[in-house]
Amino acid sequence: MVALALPTVVQADSLAPEPPKAKKKYNEETICVEPVAEMRKDHMSYIMHQRDDTLRKGIRTKQHSLKECIDCHNAPAEDGKVASASESEHFCSTCHTYVAVQIDCFSCHSDKPENTQYRHKISANDNYHINVATQSLSSETLEVLSNNTTEGQQ
Amino acid sequence: MSQNKVDQYRRQFLTQATAVAGISLAPGVFLNTVHAKPADQAVSDKNRWGMLIDANKCASNCDKCVTACHVENGVVPADKIKHETDAKWIRKVKLTDKQTGHVQTIPMMCQHCENPPCVDVCPTNASMKREDGVVLVDKHACIGCRYCMMACPYNARSFIHEKTTEQKYPRGQGTVESCTLCAHRIDDPNGPNNPACVDACNAEGHKAMWFGDLKDPQSEISKRLKQYGGEQIRSDLGLNTGVRYQNLT
Repeated sequence: MVALALPTVVQADSLAPEPPKAKKKYNEETICVEPVAEMRKDHMSYIMHQRDDTLRKGIRTKQHSLKECIDCHNAPAEDGKVASASESEHFCSTCHTYVAVQIDCFSCHSDKPENTQYRHKISANDNYHINVATQSLSSETLEVLSNNTTEGQQ
Repeated sequence: MSQNKVDQYRRQFLTQATAVAGISLAPGVFLNTVHAKPADQAVSDKNRWGMLIDANKCASNCDKCVTACHVENGVVPADKIKHETDAKWIRKVKLTDKQTGHVQTIPMMCQHCENPPCVDVCPTNASMKREDGVVLVDKHACIGCRYCMMACPYNARSFIHEKTTEQKYPRGQGTVESCTLCAHRIDDPNGPNNPACVDACNAEGHKAMWFGDLKDPQSEISKRLKQYGGEQIRSDLGLNTGVRYQNLT
């Protein structure tokens, strides 16, 4: 059995997911919003706790907000392309496809970074929402993201 | 006296006590003025958000509040074609007096009841009321049974039939949703800001809608309600709605 299992493990290692790098550091010490090892293991608990606090209590801090995860981890590539959750390049999909854990976050949440200029803007144009949805990110957002880009960390 | 009645009595007593304390501080200085809520602070029952709508000022040919709401909250059909099953967070209702032929229109949305029937019937506690009186659906817990839609006397809730994942704001196929009183605007650290419908109505120059804190006696909405009164739709149900109407005929 051991002999049979071993090659499988070795092979699995070579196929281990390589999620895209985040675009910025939360701080120098923990890198991500919590220590990276802890985030890899417990990110779902943080997100779930935050979701209940936000919806039921109106607490809208950003540290453990899913929106912020997406803004940083699924930022547009150099060519401006942003992966959607159904694509294997998406930050969440890389691992979740590998471990066959289906997530339904993105049936209600956007899988792409938010255009911060989008909210609180009212337009008389009926199709405003649809137009915005089909466009890529605004130049302002791209500028902010590119200014904060540092290399080689997650 | 039911527990609800006791609570209401206590609440009124406390509100009055606070109002008296506010007046005694100094002229023009009140304890419970509206402050922006910091992002890390939970909403509290010191506020109760509500809306007042003047039916006389609501223009019958205008539906800017509906458009603004649906743009703000991303309520658009998945395939960009309008269907009967599309979600309606707010809609215009036409009232005709058969005797006189007088026609009025009013915007109709979730009335943010103090005693919401939708919350009573929800089997998963997904339909809930925040401390500050905003009635919401927690889509993380919603199983799409639609009991709340049947319980709501105002027909305020909608079911999401179609997939919405291609939208800017996907909204969860198979769940129920309704007006949130733009809770994200209320919670804004620079706020509380008006809901999108109220801003749109003001921008159009109709000024038929007011948003504010019903528990703050100094707010515009409370003053207006005190001076002119405001009707609840289906007040016979005793739901104590947060949305009030004036000049309904």
